[in-house]
Amino acid sequence: MNTLKKFLGIVWMLLGPLAMAFLIMQAIDKVGLVHTEIERTNTILQWAIILFIFFPISIGLMIFGFYAWKGEYDQLADHSSE
Amino acid sequence: MSETLPKNNIFKVIGASSLGTLIEWYDFYIFGSLAVIIGHQLFPEDAGASALINTLAIFAAGFIVRPFGALVFGRLGDLIGRKYTFLLTLVLMGGSTFLIGLIPSYSSIGYAAPILVLILRLVQGLALGGEYGGAATYVAEHAPKNKRGFFTSWIQTTATLGLFLSLGVIVITKNVLGADTFADWGWRIPFLLSILLVVVSIYIRMKMHESPMFSKLKAEGNVSKNPLKESFNNKANFKMVLLALFGATMGQGVIWYTGQFYAQSFLENTCKLDFNDSRYILLWGIAFATPFFVIFGAWSDRVGRKWIMLAGMLLGIVFYRPIYQAFLDDTDTTKMDLTGAVYAKPAIKREALSGTSDSLYTSTTNVVLKSGASFNKFQVDTVSQKSGVLSGKEIIKDKVLPTPLFWKFVGLIFFQILLVTMVYGPIAAFLVELFPTKIRYTSMSLPYHIGNGVFGGLVPFIATLIASFAGATPLSGLWYPIGIATLSLIIGTIYLSNKRDENIND
Repeated sequence: MNTLKKFLGIVWMLLGPLAMAFLIMQAIDKVGLVHTEIERTNTILQWAIILFIFFPISIGLMIFGFYAWKGEYDQLADHSSE
Repeated sequence: MSETLPKNNIFKVIGASSLGTLIEWYDFYIFGSLAVIIGHQLFPEDAGASALINTLAIFAAGFIVRPFGALVFGRLGDLIGRKYTFLLTLVLMGGSTFLIGLIPSYSSIGYAAPILVLILRLVQGLALGGEYGGAATYVAEHAPKNKRGFFTSWIQTTATLGLFLSLGVIVITKNVLGADTFADWGWRIPFLLSILLVVVSIYIRMKMHESPMFSKLKAEGNVSKNPLKESFNNKANFKMVLLALFGATMGQGVIWYTGQFYAQSFLENTCKLDFNDSRYILLWGIAFATPFFVIFGAWSDRVGRKWIMLAGMLLGIVFYRPIYQAFLDDTDTTKMDLTGAVYAKPAIKREALSGTSDSLYTSTTNVVLKSGASFNKFQVDTVSQKSGVLSGKEIIKDKVLPTPLFWKFVGLIFFQILLVTMVYGPIAAFLVELFPTKIRYTSMSLPYHIGNGVFGGLVPFIATLIASFAGATPLSGLWYPIGIATLSLIIGTIYLSNKRDENIND
């Protein structure tokens, strides 16, 4: 199980930047369509909010992956003070 | 210490904490429940779909700042104590809700209206960010170790009961005033009413004592000097914050908001159900499912928190699409048997277009089917002297379900809220047990509010946005909660421990 935890740590580390790239591509794509296909439902403001919120979370996922890769979750503490 | 607290005192603690938290949830949710009406009040009349999306964005802004409220008030709660901190959050929440009820509409003050509402919505979000962690911590620190899940599950019922109360007040106000008056100014009443509820709750909370564990910590001089630094600059603690977020609260948040918010939005805006019908369905679903918060909370004291929460996520991932497909199929008027349907005489309204001799004709026809279902057909035609009659697209809305179908929908909503009770009932105890007393308020509040406020709170907004993409189907929006819940389920299954920390007095 610990090997799986470590291996998946790499996946979480990669998932962070992939999620950021996906969101940027979606934002560029959808904001560009504002006045043509999908009216005013995709604005710069709405996508800016999404990027502003999910970027730090994506970085958090990368840190989580890094900790997993380093084996920080191999043995979890039984007590909150440990 | 907590084991010796008399039973009636524990229930006083739970009652006083829960009432205030319930009122805060009520304040927070009336905005979402009235999104369509508020959208018309805050934005220009020709804004169309963007008015709803912008209103949902303001609604979402309240969720987005919840983690910041968790940091500000969590820190305060770990420095000065739980009691005074969540008294402050209650005052801020009640005051801002009351003021939203007083904001003039777009037609009176233009874009100042949505800007002022946005500011007050941000205050609401900050206050809620501080409230929940305080209440959950306060109750858990009074509870015996073998009943922590059971006692904190009462706090967990308040979010759903707050939604129930908000829907109930809205439906009653609308039925008393009538639809037109309610849309005009009656929608303000649920906001203004909040101030009375908050005053009662403040009075009750003033009589409460500080948490025994925090009092002990304070007496020993062990209160944290810098809770933020100790929570997030300490790797041993920070890694647990990340684990709590990605392995539990993230998935729990999307399950909560899909079952209780997106479901209502979907029934009203996508299935075009009648305003009251969509709310009655949710009210019944909540009423039947709410006891399960306590059942799953108590059960988690015996079998552990992890697998109950993860089972709720798994069931959501598997069943969301079939459930929402059933909502669509059962409300599709093209599949309904129209034999013997009774068509009322169309009500026609003429509106002259300014600057031309052209007119708009809006015809509304009520149709009642043999099954007991009914709906309204709207058609807007333009009569032009140059081009003649230009027929508009027929729109069907205000659908009322026949009784058997109504109860089927109640059952489907009940099932979704049952999943909410599985993921949400045990989570307060789960979070409390992850962190030590001196930084508990700060540490547990942040993952909770990122999971619920950001991942969960954005479900209606992001799902509606995805459904508006070119080529999207009405079910496309569900990929967001399904994807997030799947990620959380995988992380939770592999990394979370099912062990309970029996001694949280550290």
